[in-house]
Amino acid sequence: MSAEKKFLLDGKPVTFNDGQTILEAARGAGHYIPHLCWHPDFPAHGSCKLCIVKVGGRHVSSCAMPAKEGMEVESNTPEMNGERRALLQMLFVEGNHFCPSCEKSGNCQLQALAYDLEMLSAHFNHFYPDRPVDASHPDVLLDFNRCIFCELCVRASREMDGKNIFALTNRGIKKHLVVNAESGRLGDTDFAASDRAANICPVGVILHKRQGFAKPIGQRTYDEKPISVVAMECVKATEGAEEVKS
Amino acid sequence: MEAAVSTADSVLGSVLEPILARHRRDPVRLLQILREVQETMGHISPAALTAIARALQLPRARVEGVAGFYSFLYLEPVGQYRVLFSDNATDRLLGNLELMATMCQKLWVEPGKVSEDGLVSIDTTSCTGMCDQGPALLVNGWPITRLTHQRVNEICELIRARKPLAQWPREYFAVADHLRRKDLLLNSVLEPGAALRAAIARGAEGWLAEVQKSNLRGRGGAGFTTGVKWEACRNAPGTDRVIVCNADEGEPGTFKDRVLLTSYADHVFEGMTLAAYAVGARQGFLYLRGEYRYLLEPLEGVLARRRADGLLGANVCQAGFDFDIEIHLGAGAYVCGEESALIESLEGKRGTPRIRPPFPVVKGYLGRPTVVNNVETLAKTVLVALEGGENFSAYGTAQSTGTKLLSISGDCAFPGIYEYPFGVSIAQVLEDCGATDAQAVQVGGASGICVAAYEFQRRIAYEDVPTAGAFMVFDSSRDLFEVARNFVHFFAHESCGFCTPCRVGTSLLKNFMDKLADGHGAKYDLADIEWINRLLKNASHCGLGTSAANPVIDTLVKFRPAYERRLQSLEFEPAFDLDKSLACARRMTGRDDPQAHLSSEFSSEESPR
Amino acid sequence: MNGPKKKLRVATTSLAGCFGCHMSFLDIDERLLQLVELVEFDRSPLTDIKHCGPCDIGIIEGGVCNAENVHVLREFRQNCKTLVALGACAVTGGLPAQRNHLDLGQCLQEVYRYSLGVEGLSAGRVPDDPELPLLLDKVHPIHEVVRVDYFIPGCPPSGDAIWKFLTDLIAGRTPRLSHPMLHFD
Repeated sequence: MSAEKKFLLDGKPVTFNDGQTILEAARGAGHYIPHLCWHPDFPAHGSCKLCIVKVGGRHVSSCAMPAKEGMEVESNTPEMNGERRALLQMLFVEGNHFCPSCEKSGNCQLQALAYDLEMLSAHFNHFYPDRPVDASHPDVLLDFNRCIFCELCVRASREMDGKNIFALTNRGIKKHLVVNAESGRLGDTDFAASDRAANICPVGVILHKRQGFAKPIGQRTYDEKPISVVAMECVKATEGAEEVKS
Repeated sequence: MEAAVSTADSVLGSVLEPILARHRRDPVRLLQILREVQETMGHISPAALTAIARALQLPRARVEGVAGFYSFLYLEPVGQYRVLFSDNATDRLLGNLELMATMCQKLWVEPGKVSEDGLVSIDTTSCTGMCDQGPALLVNGWPITRLTHQRVNEICELIRARKPLAQWPREYFAVADHLRRKDLLLNSVLEPGAALRAAIARGAEGWLAEVQKSNLRGRGGAGFTTGVKWEACRNAPGTDRVIVCNADEGEPGTFKDRVLLTSYADHVFEGMTLAAYAVGARQGFLYLRGEYRYLLEPLEGVLARRRADGLLGANVCQAGFDFDIEIHLGAGAYVCGEESALIESLEGKRGTPRIRPPFPVVKGYLGRPTVVNNVETLAKTVLVALEGGENFSAYGTAQSTGTKLLSISGDCAFPGIYEYPFGVSIAQVLEDCGATDAQAVQVGGASGICVAAYEFQRRIAYEDVPTAGAFMVFDSSRDLFEVARNFVHFFAHESCGFCTPCRVGTSLLKNFMDKLADGHGAKYDLADIEWINRLLKNASHCGLGTSAANPVIDTLVKFRPAYERRLQSLEFEPAFDLDKSLACARRMTGRDDPQAHLSSEFSSEESPR
Repeated sequence: MNGPKKKLRVATTSLAGCFGCHMSFLDIDERLLQLVELVEFDRSPLTDIKHCGPCDIGIIEGGVCNAENVHVLREFRQNCKTLVALGACAVTGGLPAQRNHLDLGQCLQEVYRYSLGVEGLSAGRVPDDPELPLLLDKVHPIHEVVRVDYFIPGCPPSGDAIWKFLTDLIAGRTPRLSHPMLHFD
């Protein structure tokens, strides 16, 4: 027999190559593990914790944990999904996620994941943050109240656009995104709507002006198919980018 | 107007230039640069951020992000006198909040705000490591201990008279060691270099074998075997290995490292050099917490002496290896006690814990193999070098060899530092420190274990009650709910905010504890609290998050009535006062009729009419 | 093993909402006829009963923005064995809650004293008639004021989602909404 290495994901064998993480291997084998801050074009970040799985009774981030021969991984279980739902609820109460008024609605990964995990309410009390929006840029609008701190824009701007437009400041519940200008305004940077960072936000922070609500309800990315299906179709189609063009 | 701007620019430039030059415009030294700019200018202005970013060729947003991370860096003007009251549970026992209120009243300033004349700002800060001589405060970074109403009044007078700190009475700033029980380490007398020569005589491998024989384990709380860590670093691919001494002693209630660095600094630096010899490192850092800024000059003095004596620098002890130590100051971030966050901070970044693996012994400071050891651990390697590993391991228990320094504070007659062989019972410790009426001891700090009276026979050891050294005593008059609430506030304040469960969970937990404290608690809330505890424990990225729930988990089991007696309802209560939330509308309309109020209780008014 | 035959008593109301969720409720169309075979209505815009009596199910649209909302919500909670939050506003605070980052006092000043001409909407005075319910300083989803048993998100939830939820509930099944009936907009 071949020397293929395998681990068990919810009882099903998954083959992997050395160096692959649990999430990468699972994804390659057509199994969806929920995630928000992970992106195929970037190294693991490990902040959203939606991809937590249980290995040998211990919780680990599947995006960051290297797969090992013979591991027994629990992912799609009531226990793990229950904890993931609670993490989503935390993200919802922390920010201001009023979907009916958000241009990203229907194409938003946070929202789609909440559907997939049957999150019916935010359960906890809302924080109602007050972070002023930034409309200073001619083509792009920033609504910081929807940030989930995945740092994909930070990473894309730094590593792909070579611009370093974004960074995080402060800490704890006061942590927030800042823009690379003394004025703090996006309009005073060299940010462009064609930047990778302008097209990678999984939620509704970075929005292209004059393009909102272009697609009618019913035809948006996650209207027809749940994110678990869309994400796996992306793997097959492109072996790459997963973000959604709205 | 233009002239004014350029004057401001040149003032800024004249402040920045020497600092930048001293740090060779090295972006890795960003945190040190920010700290020094603030020490000179009081705060870091937007223009200063821009100038620093330009000089270091860093994105401005990154510099802003780093500056915004650390509690002791201010991006907005603060008072000429910045007073920070230590707010650990032990300071609370000693009445710190009342003293702070008095000071605020006398100086006409609200907590957290700057007085109108810009003279003073007053706020609380996380434990400053002076629990054995509290209540304590920091004024412009310098500690004042043993606060009383009289002393607070005197301080107010000094501030009003705008007396420079240098002219304040010296006794205010006295920090006592309070060595109450000495054992192996505290009794040892080190002739600088003696341990190093003993290790060199064994050769690097022989010395490493000796450390392994001692079975010395990390004194920072986690208890990882030191010899194993050193060997892993020694064997890791790469060159330019690094030794870091973790003196970011932020765990509330812990102050043993302060005392070691005050009176046993040679032990600590010699321990670092011993580690360097074992793993083949050339570079060492002491990461000193910002609260211990006052120790910087004395420690630099010890380093200078050791360099002059040939114990640091090129060709240490003429044994053919080079090693030197640099002191890096923190700036108010408990999470930097986590070794990978500490390394990020050393690199001039936000103190966000890294994904592990890879562990620092493989990929640490600037990607190089790095050993991070606690102050006490390194000091103890001196004993291993002098007495041999076997003699060391004869002390303590089989799994916990040697002795442990305990930082004892709270309700006892003799707070201070106690050194015991591992295995000592909590009851014995309580007897020795004169705690006659203890109902609970918080061992290991806020992230540790709350030990109730029925468990006082338990022992201090990795296999029973592990600890980094904090030992806070609470007598029968104390409310353990309030103690836990203080710790929950601490964790919410110190969460780095990287991962969802800790960033949001610690704040949710704080809100629930405040809800109970404000008299809005319901039975329903206890279930939510337990659920958040579970998410923190299971899903957090680092030890801060996983242990943030510990004080609540323990007290909910052991002191549950302290929670239950606060419940207003057996079912549900809103988290806020409904009637109070009508206050603004009442004021705006001038109404005070019955319809302009809401009862806080569900009453018969809502039944069918 | 036959289930209870007795009709379930249902009450509905709209607090700080737009009645859109009630409109959507009516979108169950001819299934309303099936529904009235199974339930009877207490307080509801459909009946014009002014106060809620003992009920099996209470359905609340809208968030809590003023004192009257609190009274009505409490009346429902006290009388209904099962309380359901219907729609985005009841579940999250919704559109009215988008005022939560503003200061209520400043809002009232702006609207009644300063805007719309020299003297504002009401000749410089904030209306103070005791008949008018006072505003809370923040708008809250209903689960922040009383205990809520079930949530139906959506702005509005579709008639199909409401029908699925109610038929589950009436039949004694724990109601579940999933893709595509579960949506937040």
